[in-house]
Amino acid sequence: MTEQRHSNVDPSWLRGLTSPRMSRRSVLKSMGVGAGALSLSAILAACGTPEAEAPVTGAQPGGEGSPEWWAERVAEGPGENVNFTNWPQYIDLKGDGEGNRVRPTLDAFIEETGINVTYRADINDNAGFYASIRPALEAGEPTGHDIIVITNGTELTELRQRGFLIELDHSLTPNFNANADPSIVDPAFDPDNQYTMSWQSGMTGIAWNTDFVDEEVTSFESLLDDRYAGHIGMFANDDTPNLVMAWLGIEPTTSTPEDWQKAADWMVEQRDSGLVRAYYTQDFLRAFQEGDLWITMAWSGDIINQQLYNPQYASFRFDVPQEGGMLWTDNCCIPTLAENPYGAIQVMDWYYQPDIAALLTEWNAYVSPVPAGGELVQQHADEASGGTKTILQTIAGSPYVFPDADLSSRLYSYREFTTGEELEQWNDLFRPIYVS
Amino acid sequence: MSAASVAEVEVGASTEPAREYRPKKRWTRFLLPTYSTAFILYLSFPIFIIILFSFNDSRTGFGTAPRVSTAWLGFTTRWYQNLFEIPDLTKALEHSLTVALLGAISAAILGTLIGLALARYRYRGKGATDFVIFLSISSPEIVLGAALASFFVSANFDRGLITLYLSHTMFSIAFVAVVVRARASGLDRALEDAAMDLGAGPLVTFLKITLPLVFPGILAGFFLAFALSMDDFVISQFVQGPALMFPTWVVGATKVGIPPHVFVFASLIFTGGLLLAGAFALQVRRRR
Amino acid sequence: MERPLPTDLRELTKRRKRRGRSLAPYALLGPGALWLFLLFLIPMVSMGGIALQEGNALDGFVQTFRFANFTEVLSKNEEFLVRSLRNGAIVTALALVIAYPVAYWIAFYGGRAKNVFLFLVLLPFLVSFSIRTVAWSFILSDNGLVLGALKSLGAPEGWTILNTTPAVIAGITYNLLPFTVLPLYVSLERIDRSVVEAAKDLYSNRFEAFRKVVFPLSLPGVFAAILLTSIPAVGDYLNATVLGGPGDFMIGNVIQDEFLTARDYPEAAALAFLLMAVLLVGAVLYARLLGTEEVTT
Repeated sequence: MTEQRHSNVDPSWLRGLTSPRMSRRSVLKSMGVGAGALSLSAILAACGTPEAEAPVTGAQPGGEGSPEWWAERVAEGPGENVNFTNWPQYIDLKGDGEGNRVRPTLDAFIEETGINVTYRADINDNAGFYASIRPALEAGEPTGHDIIVITNGTELTELRQRGFLIELDHSLTPNFNANADPSIVDPAFDPDNQYTMSWQSGMTGIAWNTDFVDEEVTSFESLLDDRYAGHIGMFANDDTPNLVMAWLGIEPTTSTPEDWQKAADWMVEQRDSGLVRAYYTQDFLRAFQEGDLWITMAWSGDIINQQLYNPQYASFRFDVPQEGGMLWTDNCCIPTLAENPYGAIQVMDWYYQPDIAALLTEWNAYVSPVPAGGELVQQHADEASGGTKTILQTIAGSPYVFPDADLSSRLYSYREFTTGEELEQWNDLFRPIYVS
Repeated sequence: MSAASVAEVEVGASTEPAREYRPKKRWTRFLLPTYSTAFILYLSFPIFIIILFSFNDSRTGFGTAPRVSTAWLGFTTRWYQNLFEIPDLTKALEHSLTVALLGAISAAILGTLIGLALARYRYRGKGATDFVIFLSISSPEIVLGAALASFFVSANFDRGLITLYLSHTMFSIAFVAVVVRARASGLDRALEDAAMDLGAGPLVTFLKITLPLVFPGILAGFFLAFALSMDDFVISQFVQGPALMFPTWVVGATKVGIPPHVFVFASLIFTGGLLLAGAFALQVRRRR
Repeated sequence: MERPLPTDLRELTKRRKRRGRSLAPYALLGPGALWLFLLFLIPMVSMGGIALQEGNALDGFVQTFRFANFTEVLSKNEEFLVRSLRNGAIVTALALVIAYPVAYWIAFYGGRAKNVFLFLVLLPFLVSFSIRTVAWSFILSDNGLVLGALKSLGAPEGWTILNTTPAVIAGITYNLLPFTVLPLYVSLERIDRSVVEAAKDLYSNRFEAFRKVVFPLSLPGVFAAILLTSIPAVGDYLNATVLGGPGDFMIGNVIQDEFLTARDYPEAAALAFLLMAVLLVGAVLYARLLGTEEVTT
């Protein structure tokens, strides 16, 4: 029944291959098309791709962001609407008793000034968001956002250095000037707050689950503990190299490539010993909640919120180890060609009033840029009762929301990059560790 | 035939062993249907969990928005009652459904045409078409997304629902084409030739003979395109601009904590589809 | 408007002019091809240009036609490429084996409810990938539904499914099953039952009928299914991110990371083209292996 054919395939199967497919000839033909496309691309690429401009270190005279320019904007008056784009669950939200959700602090602004604010929680991570606005920025088009909130890091560096942000006129930010916490004024990543004002800050430390971890974690060495092998979480972002360097006794902001190598070696050893379960970008919390992670790098606000609102997670703990933690900041800034910059800067400054800042921090339990808010939170706590009282009390007294001197001394800032080569070197060293 | 010989034949028939048709054994009859049912249940299993947890009472605190919890905290229908509480989420879902529907229809039309052309005709540029279809399927979404974003900006095209529609249709066309082509290739030309012999013009033949025969492929392609579009995250992220889409919204929420409303929507979509399928099945039964 | 039936013998034997036919494919292709050209080819070509650039995100990129980008990117990421291809092969094989019986059953025994069953197969995938995956992570987490139950029955405490390679493979397979079922179904469904019955009349049993008649006739569907499953499988990155651990990342992860986080666009673009080239070579080899010439029906 089976005859020997030149191919070793059952002839009945051969018969079945009736659909046209790529024959040798057709592939060669299409290769020709491909080659043509490549040369076409060459022509296109020569004209089409935008290149970065030289780093801009300030507004050009009379140009966007200069005092004259701002004066014009003020004279025009604020527009009707401000497009405020932020991270999710970062602004206070409340049921208004009629089944709708309102944002008290923002609504207060709208009522006071008459300017509408379109609030969108579109930012899920810095890199993804930046990637979505980059094409518009590079082409010199408006992005559609008036305020964006970017964490200090390479994206913010790029935005600043490539002239994609509008310089702020601090004569228009009285609340900021009066009330901002000195530690976030003139930060390393944005000298003189030229382009940014902090929205909230946070800490990167270590969280552990007392269901699985008996001890009180005070040192980063616990992240090397064999007992927790396979249940340790690390971050897949710049938190990790900076923090590891701090733990190894190196000041991150002045670290050299040799220092980086030490941190990289530490991380590689940790990973190759099978200690790390995974490198997380944002969703460490889920794994932590499910008990897959017993001890992990973590962000302060995330854990505090769990402790406050989810009694089933009473076993969660957070602390900044003795060797140190990171202090990061999510910053409001105004992208270039924003439609309503004057309205935007008013919104940004609104949140530097102590009572507004207090309400915000009460909601998201991150580090407020307005220390005076702390007293107000305490006041609210005294006035409240029941469950609310406990919550407010905890927030008012938490060193992770209102850091004391001791904790502040243990918090480090990130390594900033000014040249592309440095950044490339850093990335080439660390990225292969978490993308493996 | 005499009565005696009939009797002989009958007796003879019962003593000869039946050769080629062994009666089907009971158990093998149920093998395939059981397997297929198990398969469909397995595919739906995560959805059942989602439906279950959409009734989970993961509390709203004073400040924090509710998030789904992995632990069971009590039964509630609260999330179903306050379904549209989160305006962003509702809007995102609306957008996704619209783009998916329109995109799937467009892709079904365009993809079918291409699939038919590929399956039935030889023409110059066929290899190139094959190549382009293949490229379209095999391109990593992320590169495609970024390329599209750059393209729209350089073409001064505002990113939003329209660019979403254009992009979603684009990436679905190739899939529909492949499915339709698999269906159309091997369709007997004789049927169409017969129609033409009977005086039908090419258009009529196409509409009355070819299309109905290919229709299962078109339908399959449509569903595929719809599912692809509803599920798309990477490309949407690049071309959505300010427009919210359900998958991007959910992925964002996954990282911080998904509101239970997401599970409710998912449950409703699934149950809605289930009811649709049920209605369809009933209608089919009744037609018998 | 019907043409009158030809009664003249000469008319009947005249070769029907196929002049109109030769334009038909182009008319069919036209709209779709235009769409793809504008929204696929042109952006792809521009990405090709980017793949040839040099530079970095802070200082900017310059077009230097640096073809060495491609070879560099290959040597840097060989491991990921091999891993992705391996995963893709396993996923495709698994998916084919799992999906074929279902496609067969729906096509042959589905009756008028065929479309209903198809719809049921696709239904879970209307719910977003991320929600489904979160559900799987509930189910598969260390103390979740599956492992929690097993452990209370005495399974070892240290068992983990999440963040392992099998989890990634299972996840990718799960997500691609509809892509496998649909093309298989479509080609199985159009097989004429009388052909199968003819085989049975010729004394073949059910298995032979399948092997020699049904399966070969379904091969175009198998080919389409392999195409539609293996390619997304190799390029997948979401499953590795959510379900995988260190050492599980695939080439898609690298591209995504290069593009979004490192913002080394030339490297990302070059890697993307490399991925497509590998898949193209694979497909061509596959076609040649089966020794087919181009056949038109």
